[in-house]
Amino acid sequence: MSLELRNVSRLFDGKQAVNNISFFAEHGEIIGLLGTSGCGKSTLLRAISGLDSDYDGDIAINGNTEKEIQDTTGFIFQEPRLFPWLTVLDNVTFGLKGDKKGKIVRAKEYLKNVGLEESGELYPRQLSGGMAQRVAIARALVTSPEILLLDEPFSALDAFTKMQLQDLLLDIWKAYKSTIVLVTHDIDEATYLCDRIIILRGQPGELHKEIRIKDPRPRDRASKQLATYKAEILESLDLNVKTS
Amino acid sequence: MKHKGELASPVAVTNRINKKKGERTKRDFRGGEAVALGSIIPITLVIVWEIFSRIGVFPAYQLPAPSAIVETIREMAQDGSLWNHIGITTFRVLVGFVLGTIAAVILGSFVGFYKKAEQLFDPMIQAFRSIPSLAWVPLFILWMGIGEPSKITMIAVGVFFPVYLNIVSGITGVDRKLIEVGKMYGLNTFQLIKRVILPAALPSFLVGLRSGLGLGWMFVVAAELMGASKGLGYLLVLGQNTLSPETIIASIILFAIIGKLSDWILKLVEKRALSWQDSFVPR
Repeated sequence: MSLELRNVSRLFDGKQAVNNISFFAEHGEIIGLLGTSGCGKSTLLRAISGLDSDYDGDIAINGNTEKEIQDTTGFIFQEPRLFPWLTVLDNVTFGLKGDKKGKIVRAKEYLKNVGLEESGELYPRQLSGGMAQRVAIARALVTSPEILLLDEPFSALDAFTKMQLQDLLLDIWKAYKSTIVLVTHDIDEATYLCDRIIILRGQPGELHKEIRIKDPRPRDRASKQLATYKAEILESLDLNVKTS
Repeated sequence: MKHKGELASPVAVTNRINKKKGERTKRDFRGGEAVALGSIIPITLVIVWEIFSRIGVFPAYQLPAPSAIVETIREMAQDGSLWNHIGITTFRVLVGFVLGTIAAVILGSFVGFYKKAEQLFDPMIQAFRSIPSLAWVPLFILWMGIGEPSKITMIAVGVFFPVYLNIVSGITGVDRKLIEVGKMYGLNTFQLIKRVILPAALPSFLVGLRSGLGLGWMFVVAAELMGASKGLGYLLVLGQNTLSPETIIASIILFAIIGKLSDWILKLVEKRALSWQDSFVPR
């Protein structure tokens, strides 16, 4: 499924948060939205998801520009946001429709994908941060979203869990080929995961630069090639030189 | 999935039952220890009290011995009047509690869900809340006479406020982030209320129920003191008028027991309904 943004802007109480953003994502592409905090990355993602409909411009999901939440879109938030009164399994089946048996079978399959097939009966309070985020990933994927939106999904996790879950995301992406938009402020994460990195800058945030990463996956996190990309990104964010 | 037990072999089932039993006895034992520790001081006090009453340190017309009080309760139980008094008092509290809760649920949900309803009703309800509820008693008696309606209304008013306040704060306090998750899955308003808002507001609602019930017991005393021919509160008045402190203390003790019992029932309900909460991890 393709995703296109045309001249998207968003005002908050008369103050511009993002200004005139346009880009196109092909089916199955992983797009990274990168930028320092306050440049409107999350605002943009919420507009794409339909949670926020007060933006200007058009967002077309497969050509459909309705400003509504579409059931082909999945969202993984920064926090797991599990329902504390439901078990892990019930959390995963939450968004599914249809008969109960089918839902459970499907949920179990996805729990297995994230390595939690044994934990279906647990409550969220019994999970570690990494496990909870895995459940959130399973919950978002179980509805087979064709567009998957991720808002700094791994930023609250420790470095090792983070790498694990990044690989998990790639595995799942390989299997289901969703179009992914990933908001992040982690440059390593962006270069490791994305086909294309869109750099936003300024306040209001504007599209500053697009970097295409053609390296085949799996990529080597420590490779020189990724380090070059990182340098380029740092350069364009003006983070290498201290000004003012 | 729930029928796993049926498929498992009998041996496995017995094993599991045994294991469960083992856990239960262990927990009971620990619970027993807590009860034993908690009862040391009350039992000692009762014994000291009994001794002091027997040797005449406490005059019997002011503070009768515990044995005399137990005797009073036993006598009342024997002639049946005890069950009558307990029954009518419990009935009043129950009916008042149910009526007050229903009113609170209806108004509280409205005020919690609709901003307009909040602006419309909440200031008035808050103003009424600042009236000490006992101040209503003369008015209710004037309006509804001295019979059951005035007493039950009294109790319902007492129950209403804590339940109402907790429902409103429960509903307005639901995490916006969880509501967003529901929205992402395309839930409509009704589904959101049923699947996200109500479960999220449940803990607060149950807290309201428990404090409402506590107030219900408080208000039944007030209502029965004002004028009743039956009930535990009537026993208090009777004891005062007939100069028999043992009746008064017996009534107080009975209030304590039933009040505790009803709270314990609600606590069990709460524990079952909120087993998912962090604070209910068994220690």
